[in-house]
Amino acid sequence: MDAKKIDRLATTILYLIAGIIVIILASLLGYILVRGLPHISWHFLTAPSQSFKAGGGIGIQLFNSLYLLVLSMLISVPLALGAGIYLAEYARENKLTEIIRTAIEILSSLPSVVVGLFGFLVFVLQFGFGFSILSGALALTMFNLPLLTRNVEDSLRQVSFDQREAGLALGLSRWETVIHVIIPEALPGIITGMILGAGRVFGEAAALIYTAGQSAPALDFTNWNPLNIASPLNPLRPAETLAVHIWKINSEGIQPDAAAVSAGASAVLILAVLLFNVLARVIGNRIYKKMTAA
Amino acid sequence: MAKKELVITSRDVHLSYGDFEALKGISLNFKKNQITALIGPSGCGKSTYLRLLNRMNDLIPNVHISGEIKVDGQDIYASGEDVVALRKKVGMVFQQPNPFPFSIYENVIYGLRLAGVKDRATLDQAVETSLKQAAIWDEVKDKLHESALSLSGGQQQRVCIARVLAVQPEVILLDEPTSALDPISSTQIENMLLELRDRYTIIIVTHNMQQASRISDETAFFLAGKVIEMDDTKKIFLNPKEKETEDYISGRFG
Repeated sequence: MDAKKIDRLATTILYLIAGIIVIILASLLGYILVRGLPHISWHFLTAPSQSFKAGGGIGIQLFNSLYLLVLSMLISVPLALGAGIYLAEYARENKLTEIIRTAIEILSSLPSVVVGLFGFLVFVLQFGFGFSILSGALALTMFNLPLLTRNVEDSLRQVSFDQREAGLALGLSRWETVIHVIIPEALPGIITGMILGAGRVFGEAAALIYTAGQSAPALDFTNWNPLNIASPLNPLRPAETLAVHIWKINSEGIQPDAAAVSAGASAVLILAVLLFNVLARVIGNRIYKKMTAA
Repeated sequence: MAKKELVITSRDVHLSYGDFEALKGISLNFKKNQITALIGPSGCGKSTYLRLLNRMNDLIPNVHISGEIKVDGQDIYASGEDVVALRKKVGMVFQQPNPFPFSIYENVIYGLRLAGVKDRATLDQAVETSLKQAAIWDEVKDKLHESALSLSGGQQQRVCIARVLAVQPEVILLDEPTSALDPISSTQIENMLLELRDRYTIIIVTHNMQQASRISDETAFFLAGKVIEMDDTKKIFLNPKEKETEDYISGRFG
């Protein structure tokens, strides 16, 4: 065969593979949405769940998922930024740095159920946080931090060395160069990584089963005192999330409408992740434009 | 030529990367308000030497430096020397134009703004003065708030020069500033440098011998980590003392 034919063949095969992936993704999404969307109503989104009767909603689980997401991002984003900046800009290439990198690599490939059990032993039992949002948020941080750190480091490294030289040669200190030149340029990459991280956290179940717990006690949405046990903001209350709820309904749900609740909840989960992606991208672009006057 | 004050002096400067000795004892002096060109074949150490003068080599690991370099009589490698202050005094322009991905205006005032200057009028004035000195004001005055990346390479390089001028350095180091640019842009930058000579001390590394002969007052010829010869540019090009210089200039190698 001549080069032209091989080229055409290779192109066709690549298109085919890409097409298959798109079809799989689209049918998966379509299946979940088609099955789930009819069950979504205002009542479904806001009502508490039912353990034995039909007609339960996912209001509390949805809130729990969002709250847990915010809390774990509040903990992990600053840590990831610090670690990523250190690794990309300050760490010397030596044994210690290598060990840190390897550790991050290993941590990032830990199965989430192992992270969950670790969280159970350390945060739930040892630290005495119990099954709580705090334990869950810390476990999710363990789970998310390595990937976020890698992402921050990679995004910073992608900024050309020229830019560092330009900053330093202008009489900026190293820190000023990092904060005012390198980070603004790396921001779109960092934000994209954060979105993906948020998506992972939002959909995570295994790491939360043993840390945030599997029960969703009723919440008083008029009580915003975080110290009160019925307050939605209380970080020490147990909190079943949407993903855990889906897992639980499917494994041991005895509600008559379990299948419908599960389908509806899955659709909501997918929609929420999609929504995050879109929102965060819009916000990221806007910040970047503002910072770079592009 | 009347005797001019020395701004930078260096004595027996050695630099090695690991086991490789890139500079083997360089002693050069640079006079105030003139343009000095550093020429020589690739890998001869001229850029390495230039980057010693504002300590840009500090960024590279495993570099060992010895000898003495003084700027305004002060040893810049003395312990406790303020590198940030040094780089404000000795600005640098690189081979590849490297504007920040901000607006032209922001690029020029970046150094000032971070130094704490907030007054709008002062900043506006600095932008206009620096861009005029860099001979690009007329081209960009109507689009100061557009991204510097939207400019051509030659314009970007002049914005980079304006950015350095805005912090009012004494010395400007240029590391092959026109090698990535077209001939017209190069000429514009050469003319601009000739204008700037009255106010700044300029040291330029160049591969382009015509450029060195057109704009510099003195020329130093580097070869394999050593300075073979430094003299008035005219003498170097018309009547070099050393055989190697003559060979290089007449294009026999390099």
